[in-house]
Amino acid sequence: MTTNIKRRVLLKGSVAAGTLGLVASAGLLTPRTVIAAWNEAAFKAESVDDALNAAMGEASSAASDSIKIKAPDIAENGAVVPVSVSTDMQGVESIALLAEGNNSPLVATFSLGEGAQPNVSTRIKMGKTSDVIAVVKSGGKLHSARKSIKVTIGGCGG
Amino acid sequence: MAKSIKIRARLKGDVTTVKCLITHPMETGLRKDSKTGELIPAHFINEVAAEHGGNTVMSANWGVGVSKNPYFSFTFKGGAKGDEVKISWQDNKGNSDSRAEQIK
Amino acid sequence: MKFTKLTLAAICALIAAAAMADKKASETSPSEDLSVYRDYFAKRFPGVPLNEFGNGVYSIDRVSRDSWEAIEEFPPYEPMIEAGEAFWNQKFANGKSLGSCFDGNPAQRTNYPHWNAERKMVMTLPLAINECLIANGETALNYKKGKIADVLAYMSYESRGQKINVEVPDDPDALAAYSAGKSFYFARRGQLNFSCAQCHMESAGMYVRTDILSPAVGHASGWPVYRSKWGELGTLHRRFSGCNKQVRAKPFAAQSEQYRNLEYFLTHMSNGIEYNGPSARK
Repeated sequence: MTTNIKRRVLLKGSVAAGTLGLVASAGLLTPRTVIAAWNEAAFKAESVDDALNAAMGEASSAASDSIKIKAPDIAENGAVVPVSVSTDMQGVESIALLAEGNNSPLVATFSLGEGAQPNVSTRIKMGKTSDVIAVVKSGGKLHSARKSIKVTIGGCGG
Repeated sequence: MAKSIKIRARLKGDVTTVKCLITHPMETGLRKDSKTGELIPAHFINEVAAEHGGNTVMSANWGVGVSKNPYFSFTFKGGAKGDEVKISWQDNKGNSDSRAEQIK
Repeated sequence: MKFTKLTLAAICALIAAAAMADKKASETSPSEDLSVYRDYFAKRFPGVPLNEFGNGVYSIDRVSRDSWEAIEEFPPYEPMIEAGEAFWNQKFANGKSLGSCFDGNPAQRTNYPHWNAERKMVMTLPLAINECLIANGETALNYKKGKIADVLAYMSYESRGQKINVEVPDDPDALAAYSAGKSFYFARRGQLNFSCAQCHMESAGMYVRTDILSPAVGHASGWPVYRSKWGELGTLHRRFSGCNKQVRAKPFAAQSEQYRNLEYFLTHMSNGIEYNGPSARK
């Protein structure tokens, strides 16, 4: 009980306490039911299959044309590769983004809440030329698309 | 970590586009310090959440493959001008930050 | 193509002459240099408007431009502009702030570099910032990155759209500084024995390994730059130093006379292009 009371006090305090509250809020207010705690096994996995098994529950997915990956054919710098994933599928629960050639292929997973559209963009690191893979979970099933991105070895610029 | 998050949230039609940029080193743990030759320990954001009207509209788990000073963008329905979108993050060392911005 | 080669040959001959012969007798004027230089790039990259060269390699390469535009959409240097603004507004121990040295106006890009006739030297913006700090009893900043890059980012951002217009006055000392910058630009150096011009004039648009070499015209417009390679902002002189190291030459110090003269020449050669810093590069 004491812990609960403390927690409530802290929560209350966090609303009024400005920045202090903000720092606390990331740990306390974030609905844990929605954010799965960071999945260490998935992000440390060294193969795409292991990563998907850990992150999405299974490794097999059906290739889908309705998933679009927007990314450069040639990455200017493997340290910053802009990638967007979108799909017109209905009922998307989550999206995983992987770079097949990376030591740890899983880059990010996105869980869609109410109102969210299956449309995410980020910038990723790629260690070498490989496919990026987008895996979309919809209706409990996995669908995927891939796109090859050439990562160049810098001359003067890189 | 003050002001580590920059957010732009724009409503067009019934879709709100949220774009955010977070200042963070996103160290992989595989890089060596050029001066000491020692491995720089992994230091990266692993959880991100975006809230609107009390709901988590989007949450993400990240690994070390997300670029330094991460960029993240998504869209959602149900937002209105003036509503707040709040983004928060947490990293593998237990640091965290959050920031709210109004939808324009 | 023939014409391009001719023009280039003309430049090389001209430069060789400048380096070898008596300076006053053989040199072309800065404005003559500028017109030869602009013509060269206009013919080498037909259809690229002058101002577009301010975007470096992205002015001539569609593939990398896509990534670049995606990054500039929400550029990683944005928080640094804010940090620079905070530094600009920060009060010194004596109650003044940086603005006291710049008429309270951060949009100073177009005023630098310039020839300071009294001191007989090229004044650059980073130098002016540090002199301001020192004159007010504050600590000078590192010239390559960090706070100086932040405050330059803020000042450059506030100056976006100003046109580069570096005038070289008809003063033998100013012309000598300009010529020194020009000679630096065309001189081969380092174990690889490359000059700035060999890569960024003669070979602009061609590949070095897998990178496309950016055209030299417009090189001075977008600083400070957030390079993905650096993962942070850096100054023009930091890049000079990096370029020198890449041809295995010993770099000069940032804000050394050599680099200030080089900046003077290079910026003059970008006259007419808008300042568009800070910017993102690979």
